[in-house]
Amino acid sequence: MSTNYIGKSVRRVEDKRFITGKGKYTDDIILPGMTHGIFVRSPYAHAKINGIDTATALKMPGVVAIFTGADLADVNGVPCGWQVNFKNGDTMKEPKHPLLAHGKALHVGDPVAFVIAETPEQAKDAADAVEVDYEELPAVTNPAEGVKPGAPLVHDTAPGNIAFDWELGNPKAEVDAALAAAAHITTLEFVNQRMAPNAIEPRSYIGAYDTTSDKYTLYTSTQNPHLIRLLMCAFVLGIPEHKVRVVGPDVGGGFGSKIFHYTEEALITWCAHKISRPVKWTSTRSEAFMLDAHGRDHVTKAQMGFDANGKITALKVNTYANMGAFLSTFAPAVPTYLHGTLLQGLYTTPKINVDVTAVFTHTNAVDAYRGAGRPEATYLLERLIDLSALEMGVDPVELRLKNFIPAFDGVTQSGYQTQVALQYDSGNYQGVVEKGLAMLGYADFRKAQKEAAKNGKLLGVGFSTYIEACGIAPSAVVGSLGARAGLYEVGQVRVQPTGKVSVFTGAHSHGQGHETTFAQVVADKLGISMEDVDIVHGDSDTVAFGMGTYGSRSLAVGGSAIIKSIDKIIEKGKKIAAHKLEAAAGDIAFENGKFTVKGTDKSLSFGDIALTAYVPHVYPADLEPGLDFSSFYDPTNFTYPFGCHIAVVEVEKETGKVSLKRFIAVDDVGNVINPMIVEGQIHGGVVQGIGQALFEGVEYDENGQMTNASYMDYCMPRADDLPMFETGSQVTPCPHNPLGVKGAGEAGCIGSTPAVVNAVIDALWSGGHQVRDILMPLTPERVWTAMQ
Amino acid sequence: MIPTTFEYTKAATVADAIAALGNGDGKLLAGGHSLVPALKLRLNQPDRLIDISQIAELRTIHEENGTIVIGAAATHHEIATSALVRSKLPMLADGAGQIGDVQVRNRGTIGGSLAHADPAADWSAMVLAAGATIAVQGSKGTRKIAATDFFTGIFSTALAGDEIITAIHIPILPGARATYQKFAQPASRFAIVGCAAQRAPDGQVHIAFTGLSDAPHRDHAAEAAVSGKPLDAATIAAAAAAAAENVSINVDHYASEKYRKHLAKVYVKRALEAIA
Repeated sequence: MSTNYIGKSVRRVEDKRFITGKGKYTDDIILPGMTHGIFVRSPYAHAKINGIDTATALKMPGVVAIFTGADLADVNGVPCGWQVNFKNGDTMKEPKHPLLAHGKALHVGDPVAFVIAETPEQAKDAADAVEVDYEELPAVTNPAEGVKPGAPLVHDTAPGNIAFDWELGNPKAEVDAALAAAAHITTLEFVNQRMAPNAIEPRSYIGAYDTTSDKYTLYTSTQNPHLIRLLMCAFVLGIPEHKVRVVGPDVGGGFGSKIFHYTEEALITWCAHKISRPVKWTSTRSEAFMLDAHGRDHVTKAQMGFDANGKITALKVNTYANMGAFLSTFAPAVPTYLHGTLLQGLYTTPKINVDVTAVFTHTNAVDAYRGAGRPEATYLLERLIDLSALEMGVDPVELRLKNFIPAFDGVTQSGYQTQVALQYDSGNYQGVVEKGLAMLGYADFRKAQKEAAKNGKLLGVGFSTYIEACGIAPSAVVGSLGARAGLYEVGQVRVQPTGKVSVFTGAHSHGQGHETTFAQVVADKLGISMEDVDIVHGDSDTVAFGMGTYGSRSLAVGGSAIIKSIDKIIEKGKKIAAHKLEAAAGDIAFENGKFTVKGTDKSLSFGDIALTAYVPHVYPADLEPGLDFSSFYDPTNFTYPFGCHIAVVEVEKETGKVSLKRFIAVDDVGNVINPMIVEGQIHGGVVQGIGQALFEGVEYDENGQMTNASYMDYCMPRADDLPMFETGSQVTPCPHNPLGVKGAGEAGCIGSTPAVVNAVIDALWSGGHQVRDILMPLTPERVWTAMQ
Repeated sequence: MIPTTFEYTKAATVADAIAALGNGDGKLLAGGHSLVPALKLRLNQPDRLIDISQIAELRTIHEENGTIVIGAAATHHEIATSALVRSKLPMLADGAGQIGDVQVRNRGTIGGSLAHADPAADWSAMVLAAGATIAVQGSKGTRKIAATDFFTGIFSTALAGDEIITAIHIPILPGARATYQKFAQPASRFAIVGCAAQRAPDGQVHIAFTGLSDAPHRDHAAEAAVSGKPLDAATIAAAAAAAAENVSINVDHYASEKYRKHLAKVYVKRALEAIA
């Protein structure tokens, strides 16, 4: 049949169960004989644990077992998945991250004991009865403070609290020389604040162990079940991988925070074996705020130099990146290979040097959070360029266009080699800006802004143009950069005898809509109905392998693996058809679900071929029966989505309150399979980025207590804070993957934050307040104070 | 997020509820929007909850001898959408509509909010400016407490341990103008500063703040700057200048002492401009 699902806003297949409350999340799963665990957690950011008394708690009703760090002294900690060594070659400091704290607690919420009981209520009551003798020690929370002499040490093995330092780009001397020769230098010292990811589903795990088969099962709200299995089996528990099934059922959002292998996952699996009963733990919202790996938290100084014509001549960046108390799974990659490598941005800057110091502090771990490094890079560049324009008295758009890399398609023109290791695949950066300006009505806006200023009103416009590296990643490349895993993806396509198709993907959907978009692709390629395609993911027993979903990679990498398998299916189908139609395989064409002898009306349907493959009575002698292929796809390059975001704000003079009046997002994410889903991703990402600019941010006090760990204090953006978004698109296909797709999951979050902050700064300048920076989130008080 | 064990009693009448309150360490449950989170965090560990949300006599809104009588268990939504309140005391209907969000307004009650006495709650400023009295009932009988005597500090009121708020009586002043203006804390939507102002036909002005200090209060200095005078730019500026002086000002994430004091002055001005 002739189908054209690709490019259509097909409604999401998964929404029926989600909207009607029929989604099945880990916490919905109840296993026979299941017990419930509650953690006793350190109330201190840094404390010596002198003793733990569980005697009273053990006697309480329903208590099954209580474990402490002493019980796990011989068990490995959770590993870091990425090794970034010091500039001088020394090995990254990677102190053990134990499943339960032993001897010392190193951040608030560090787990000290795990209480297992028949019910969650009994476990909680008993956990409250565990007595821990703490001796509080001084703590450090800010990475720039953490490296100062005399700062409290997080780990004795990491002097100066430094996990590693790292440098990329042109030699520092060359960059310094270029800055010294610059006609204008803009310097900005700023903080990219710490964010709490706030997935709507709290983390939840169930560990189970079957004594007869010696098999473990872990249900986990994760973005990558196979990766969790690999890390937990090989690095932590030392149990055989084939005896472990990891299931990531429906997962309610991750934003990065559910990529990582958490101590709780391994501990619960270990406990299930110890007590030979299933154990469930579901995070409370308070625990989620404090302990889901946070994002960002960079303290940065950046300098951008220009020549007399406004061409950028140099960029120099120094960043202290907060790692928290332990190195989370991908933490070392975020401020380095996902941040430093993006500092070319869209500009032809000839000299770039980035220097990063990764610092341990007595805080929760920091790791990838929607965008992961790329928002930090974009924020840095786009704040600098807008501020430079204000300082030099030139138009911020003209300054960008003057410095843009010219358009290139990556096919007839080669990719663009940056100063910071990447080669961009294809781009038309001016195109998205021109589209955005047309949507804005730039000239009219500037007139309105002048009028508003005369009437004492502060209107501002802020621009942000971004590029990101997605579709991670070529395994050999990331391997050479310290990744301890490959970053390919697996796609298996199993054609059933009736011609219905089951697709097994290593990508994992936790809100992205894979069951819809992947089915659109498969149905179109095979010329069958979408209803005849089932997308299976999230279970290590049914899906061969997989690296999971993050870094906007699912379609670019996972989709490409599926395409490889579909190509094998069609190739084999042609052989079967040729035999049945008595033609040469080379003369068979496959189109619209039909195998046809070219130039004739002789044809067989896809269903005929499927049935023949499984009932091979009339069949090529040298061909295996069946129609089922699995493929690994390892990309040849990253993909590079880009775009232009524009924010219009009004700042209330009397109070400093910022009202977002308009938000325009023009994104080029390559080819689009489902425009509705892409637009939804852009909307969600934009809101998250606006959240960082105006509302959100984890606050620690000097003792390392998170002081806004609830929705009463931590402000998430809400619909009534936001205007209707205006979205535009441009398509520059990715030249190196079969679907030509680049990825859309993080774009909104990367582009939006600096646009909003730039707009506020622009509004203040329009009223004569020459403010250079305001700490995010731009709360009314901070904006008001900046104007005083 | 698991409370300690407690008993649950649903009271059919106010008398039942008072009897239950007198019997051990009980807490009244109305809308539960402040109490339930405190229970889940084990900040509050009562032996029993006495549910008063379904007591019919606490849910009526009616007019009686020149006052509007709002039952303590009336929800914010019921007050916001009451035609009687809207026509006779529009500030209360508008103010109720500014509380929290739809879910909060559907469950939260005026009596629960007043008894909890969160220093940033919206109702407190409104009942102070409107000159309300709070009717309470306890084991020793009933009494009425003027709003100005009701709030005694952070989360503390003039209520005795066995007393229940039964109704809020607000006088109808034909020709009066009143408004509630708030600068909301963006996360909780409680008031960083909320200012209620009422100008009676005789020119007397009440100005009350919530969010500014430990306890909501009338600002007599600001009132003196405008009472009995025309509300014009000069008198309004004088009231703003006089406002929020000589009080201890709250400090939190969202507002320092300096900023909150500044906001109080801005919001006095806005409130007075709205009723001028």
